[in-house]
Amino acid sequence: MLYRETGQFKTTYAEDIAIFPIRQDRIALAVLLGIAFIGVPLLATFRIWPFGSDYLLWAILLPFLILALAAIGTNILVGYCGQISLGSGAFMAIGAYSAYKLATGVHIPFAALGFAISIPPLPVLASILLGGLMSAAAGILFGIPSLRIKGLYLAVATLAAQFFFDWAFLRLPWFTNYAPSGSVNAPELVFFGLVVRTPVERYLLCLVFVTLLAMLAKNLVRGNLGRQWMAIRDMDIAAELIGIRPLYAKLTAFAVSSFIIGVAGALWAFVYLGSWEPLAFSIDRSLELLFMVIIGGLGSIMGSFIGAAFILIAPIMLNVLPTELGLPLSTQTITHLQFIIFGSLICYLLIKEPHGFARLISIGKEKLRLWPFPY
Amino acid sequence: MIAFGQFLEVLIGGLMSGVLYSLVALGFVLIFKASGVFNYAQGAMVLLAGLALVRALDLLVANGFPLWVAVVLGIGFAAVIMAATAWLIERFVVGPLVNQDALTLFMSTIGVTFVIEGVAEMIFGSDVYPLQLFPTDAWFLFEGLFPGGILVNKLDVWGALIAGILVAGLALFFQRTKTGRALRAVADDHLAAHSVGIPISWIWFVVWLAAGLVALVAATVWGTKLGVQFSITFLALKALPVLIIGGLTSIPGAIVGGLIVGAGEKIAEVYLGPSIGGGIEYWFAYVLALAVLLVRPQGLFGERIIERI
Repeated sequence: MLYRETGQFKTTYAEDIAIFPIRQDRIALAVLLGIAFIGVPLLATFRIWPFGSDYLLWAILLPFLILALAAIGTNILVGYCGQISLGSGAFMAIGAYSAYKLATGVHIPFAALGFAISIPPLPVLASILLGGLMSAAAGILFGIPSLRIKGLYLAVATLAAQFFFDWAFLRLPWFTNYAPSGSVNAPELVFFGLVVRTPVERYLLCLVFVTLLAMLAKNLVRGNLGRQWMAIRDMDIAAELIGIRPLYAKLTAFAVSSFIIGVAGALWAFVYLGSWEPLAFSIDRSLELLFMVIIGGLGSIMGSFIGAAFILIAPIMLNVLPTELGLPLSTQTITHLQFIIFGSLICYLLIKEPHGFARLISIGKEKLRLWPFPY
Repeated sequence: MIAFGQFLEVLIGGLMSGVLYSLVALGFVLIFKASGVFNYAQGAMVLLAGLALVRALDLLVANGFPLWVAVVLGIGFAAVIMAATAWLIERFVVGPLVNQDALTLFMSTIGVTFVIEGVAEMIFGSDVYPLQLFPTDAWFLFEGLFPGGILVNKLDVWGALIAGILVAGLALFFQRTKTGRALRAVADDHLAAHSVGIPISWIWFVVWLAAGLVALVAATVWGTKLGVQFSITFLALKALPVLIIGGLTSIPGAIVGGLIVGAGEKIAEVYLGPSIGGGIEYWFAYVLALAVLLVRPQGLFGERIIERI
């Protein structure tokens, strides 16, 4: 009854190619954005349940937003273009460290040549975006093997990126401005004269980034470029025959995906962590992102959000649940149980719905349109 | 002469540790050959086998069994555990996921990794357990030729010996036995093998069991070297470049790849490491694998199953 597009006539081409052609979808999105942009900050400012403490905002919503952004980036590469990548964590790290270097000023001495390149410290916004661009450049570089290999072989190639950058950020002191502990601190977050400090402000900042980049991604995958990516994913030879250049399609996918992941990495470091070390972007992060994309649904922007929420919240729930139920378990047992249940859950989801939550939602929508009739 | 002696020592040390990588890589190859599954859980299986073995040994020795009886019983116990794991994985994960694409199967083995790690540590404990099955002292060779001689670890020699026996055994198993032939048939073409009456799920159980037993062997050697501990699971990641270099479908390739990676990273660490900050071992193997992928995507010994673009 509620979800039916009967009577919504498309009278112009613009309506026909609209991003959300069904009115109910538009309303749902507007409500969601309204809650996210106005509702949550209001509740959090006046400390109304469930925002009584900063916990929900700080430990769940903030990482959720940033990881969802990274998952969107991963999804563009893995879900839309079909190139498996185990190096997402490295691209997050590149975004984070490039942004850090740019925000604190770059100084490259060429001692042998007798001159040095110096860039004065840039504003935070510029360094975050440039960090994303650096990550895109690295993505293109490590995407070159994808022109010759694919599938799990490519995964190993991207793994090379992961381990190389892990090592570089750990061992080359230039990246950390010669910090003795190897851990670096984010600069103060100043945007156009406004200082971002409290959790609510940080949340809103990430929300703006995520909304803009998710819109960008959604529009890219609907357009010419996205269709090229999907053609390459579905059958590369046929795509090449109808005139799609694999070189261009694949490398743009790597570039766009790495850019988004890089921005997410910079946000993760600057806004969420504040001070970090290379361990924050290890192989585990890459696998986590891949899980989000697969559980959420390959080739779905919406799915990236759901996947990120699931992968983030499931371990927290598993951690809290035994204490809430009053089970007398030691912390160690809880950790192990958490591993076991999380692993089984992933296997179960993969077996039951290999196309992820996004598929479940589209099935649900289809059912809803016919409701209350079964056909 | 000192420089050459040192080089030989580094080379031999590298080759020997390469053999140990090969032991883990072998398990990968077995499963990939027969079912096309890229088994991330191999490292976790090594951990499980090692923990089962070392805990059983401790218990038996503490109850007054003579050492050799304890070793035999302990290995038997660990083998039973690996068989149970193989059956569970085949029955509940890989079986239902048949015909899904490679990425889904790969991710499901990561799920399996979590479960195995959790179960293994919950049942057997999560400390570092020392394992003493092989001698760990060193020999000094060619003392007349080089000052100080060349240091060779006895454990590494044992590891090489065991790897050799294992490969010979696996080769015989694949070539000479009925099950081995069935395995190769399934590896070539699931559907064709199925239609001539080869029971696929049984074959897959056998493959996972074989991988489990290889993991047990790897656990005895690695456990003696490092102690049985959680970090053993990261070996799985070290085995990936070994596989790429050797070829994903070749058992000798796993051995040769392991040797190349082991020797290469030790030599690079010793001779290049100091000039660029050390710790090259961490990524050297992957960059080597990347180079091999670009030049010869199927690896040194692999079949040309890879789809070229």
